[in-house]
Amino acid sequence: MKTTNHRAWLLVLPVVISVAFSAILPLITVINYSVQDIFGPFQRVFVGGEWFRDTLRDSELRGAFFRNLLFSAEVLLLEIPLGVAVALALPAKGWRASLSLVLVALPLLIPWNVVGTIWQIFGRADIGLGGFFLNNTLGLNYNYTNDPFDAWMTVLVMDIWHWTPLVVLLCYAGLRAIPEAYYQAARIDAAKPWAIFRYIQLPRLRGVLLIALLLRFMDSFLIYTEPFVVTGGGPGNATTFLSIYLSKLAVGQFDLGPAAAFSLIYFLIIQIFCFIFYTMILNLGKGPAR
Amino acid sequence: MSKTIPRATVRSAPRTQVPRGLGRRLFVVVYFMLLLLPIYWMINMSLKPNREILGGLTFYPHELTFDNYRTIFTDPTWYMGYVNSLIYVGMNTVMSLLIALPAAYAFSRFHFLGANHLFFWLLTNRMAPAAVFLLPFFQLYQNIGLYDTHLAVALAHLLFNVPLAVWILEGFMSGVPREIDETAAVDGYSFPRFFLTIFLPLIRSGIGVTAFFCFMFSWVELLLARTLTSVAAKPIAATMTRTVSASGMDWGLLAAAGVLTIIPGALVIYFVRNHIAKGFALGRV
Amino acid sequence: MGGSGQPRSAASPRPPSDVARIELNSLAHSYAPKVQRPGDYALRPMNLTWQDGGAYALLGPSGCGKTTLLNIISGLIKPSEGQVLFDGADVTALAPEARNIAQVFQFPVIYDTMSVFDNLAFPLRNRGVRGSEIKKRVQQVAELLDLTPDLKYRASGLSADAKQKVSLGRGLVRSDVAAILFDEPLTVIDPHLKWILRSKLKQIHQEFKLTLIYVTHDQVEALTFADQVVVMVDGSVVQMGTPQALFEDPAHTFVGYFIGSPGMNLLPCRLAGSAAYVGDHPVPLGAETLARAQQAVTPESRVVLGIRPEFLGCSAEENTQSGGVAADITAVEDLGNFKIATATLGGTSVKAKLSEDALLTPGRGWLRFPPERTKLYIDDRAV
Repeated sequence: MKTTNHRAWLLVLPVVISVAFSAILPLITVINYSVQDIFGPFQRVFVGGEWFRDTLRDSELRGAFFRNLLFSAEVLLLEIPLGVAVALALPAKGWRASLSLVLVALPLLIPWNVVGTIWQIFGRADIGLGGFFLNNTLGLNYNYTNDPFDAWMTVLVMDIWHWTPLVVLLCYAGLRAIPEAYYQAARIDAAKPWAIFRYIQLPRLRGVLLIALLLRFMDSFLIYTEPFVVTGGGPGNATTFLSIYLSKLAVGQFDLGPAAAFSLIYFLIIQIFCFIFYTMILNLGKGPAR
Repeated sequence: MSKTIPRATVRSAPRTQVPRGLGRRLFVVVYFMLLLLPIYWMINMSLKPNREILGGLTFYPHELTFDNYRTIFTDPTWYMGYVNSLIYVGMNTVMSLLIALPAAYAFSRFHFLGANHLFFWLLTNRMAPAAVFLLPFFQLYQNIGLYDTHLAVALAHLLFNVPLAVWILEGFMSGVPREIDETAAVDGYSFPRFFLTIFLPLIRSGIGVTAFFCFMFSWVELLLARTLTSVAAKPIAATMTRTVSASGMDWGLLAAAGVLTIIPGALVIYFVRNHIAKGFALGRV
Repeated sequence: MGGSGQPRSAASPRPPSDVARIELNSLAHSYAPKVQRPGDYALRPMNLTWQDGGAYALLGPSGCGKTTLLNIISGLIKPSEGQVLFDGADVTALAPEARNIAQVFQFPVIYDTMSVFDNLAFPLRNRGVRGSEIKKRVQQVAELLDLTPDLKYRASGLSADAKQKVSLGRGLVRSDVAAILFDEPLTVIDPHLKWILRSKLKQIHQEFKLTLIYVTHDQVEALTFADQVVVMVDGSVVQMGTPQALFEDPAHTFVGYFIGSPGMNLLPCRLAGSAAYVGDHPVPLGAETLARAQQAVTPESRVVLGIRPEFLGCSAEENTQSGGVAADITAVEDLGNFKIATATLGGTSVKAKLSEDALLTPGRGWLRFPPERTKLYIDDRAV
């Protein structure tokens, strides 16, 4: 077992310093904003909890919140099963495995605004293959700049395209860590492929799946750059997710106070969700392993 | 057949094998096609003049041209964007690894006061909504005189890369038996010498995987990088958004710039591909 | 219920008809696609028969091909050459689930999310056995393996030895199983529990007359468990025999060296006249050994003389009747109920195991090689 050694803090100290440097001062500044009304660089008034009360009453923000929650739920429900399926189907060894990993990881290495650009182009009916195919070959009236549903689907498909690879990589790693003897025992026990998945692979993927869940929840709840490039939050408010609305408040209208108040609430919500997932991971590691 | 083998089992045995393998391969092929199609489309567009792009849909460049790439490679405002991005991403990857290695070792080997809380706190820094934290970031880095330097972006990206690096490395280090540490101590190795000459080579693959993820998250990030730079350290991703919106939509150029942003990432994966396959097989991630 | 000592009857988990003689017919395996030289073989060509109901140990150092051979028998690996026959029927192409064999692995394999009951029922459910039948069998096997109190709990919470019993139980519940293969199953078990589990295995063997094949690299484990021990080295089976035969009559220098403590003395020698010369010292040989050796030997062959320390005589005085070879005794160790003398002969050190009251001190001494116990090996094989 691990030994108790509080001097281990010395090893951890560089991490704490480097992260705190970029984390704590900005956080304090944001808290500062959230309780003041800022008119200009030297004119500010303390307003207490007013911005927080306003925020909780703001119907547009509430709309963005539920929109984002729906989006995150859809993303998790689609990306995780798809990622598991792809990871199961990928070759396990040899040059094919290397090639597959390189190809799978490709979307993850594209800057987020370029991802937006790729889909912005791809979805256009005049110059994009995807939009052209939907309109001219399938005869649908697809236009992501006008139709809220089309815009939503475009952002969703883009996210699936962009982030399923992360789930695939994590699950692939989890699958490779299952000892061969489990598969051998299952063959001797005459287990069918479904039973192998249900009783061997899935239970042993629980850990990585929770990590995938955590990362995908955080990032989809914070999504900004990609939909901003593709739809700019429109048409109307159809794809105005929380971060997009917030940056409109903070940068567009310079309503720093309400924006700061809401981002603190926002931060808190994500932390609560993640704390739940994180505790699940920790307990998972302790429970069945012993 | 031997009389002892139940007939039902014998019949079912060959049935499961062939069609499953086929369907599986088909599924992978279709997935990869859908994955590569949007990328192909951008490459396709980058090799066309705007005339052809706007003139009608063509599945491959009829008027093949490298003008878009030529523009990027001859104009310093374009190509310096790549250089700037590579500089701060490289700095960030090296810094993240150097900082995270000892900490990951501590998390994997010792119990210490507040370890679990600290770990969660580190992770929470990935969760801050960037939109509102940008302004304080800008003010902070301007006050300490780092605004518009590569170091500023590299430091800012530590915020989300260091926790991730600690997390991944800890998984790999926990896979190395503790007895190795003890044996080395008994053999008279000092801790730094043990760590550098024995321990690090053992988790080589883990370092490869971690470097890959640090590179990836730093390379793809735009908001912080754009906020903390103006001219001298401006990343390519920002160059793309600014230049293009200023001069109207030059689709071919935009696509070419986009294609060029994929190349460093593709090279990195190519070089670490064996580490990834092996590293993922060893680590618990 | 099928408790200990109960004869095979209607209550026993399996009917008596499923018996299997396992034959390996010019079997060989290579992991490389093409075999260019003998070293490419993980298993070199072999013919071997495992009789029904035998308790076999497959003994050899790590990496000698034991596990490969075991996996070929269970069908997890398809051999690149040769056939596997069960009772004369060719099963080489059959998948493991279609063979009447169960296997227990080095590390306990249990289905974490299932209860112990479901774990034991799993192989039966997959084979479409009726629910009431499953319940009856699982209860019998649980009783036999002392798992009844754990049946309703999650298998992941069990200790390592109980998990290994669950693995074994998944083989025992099947009525069609005729042989159980064990791949170093006690590696992760506490030493004192090893004894309990091993006697459980012997009990099961006696009760059900299953064929058991037990892979191990531990000679004590092999010799105490098995009726027949198969010794492997470098991908070949070098000897199959009772523990006694392995001890008295090693067919290969490796068997001599690997089995016994200390192992057999192996002395390089050359043949001349009616004796083998170790250095300048003639060692007399039995007439039959000599005749066979003279037939087999060629100028290039490596000739080695082997004698167990237990059979090598060692005394301080020359015994004129039986003859002896003069040697330097370098050490005498008293190990409680016996003594080990170390001597040098022709530049090679030899050991002799003596009774605890033997009077011997380092210095000049005489070694006696009883001709009926003195073996001769040409290129590692007994003549």
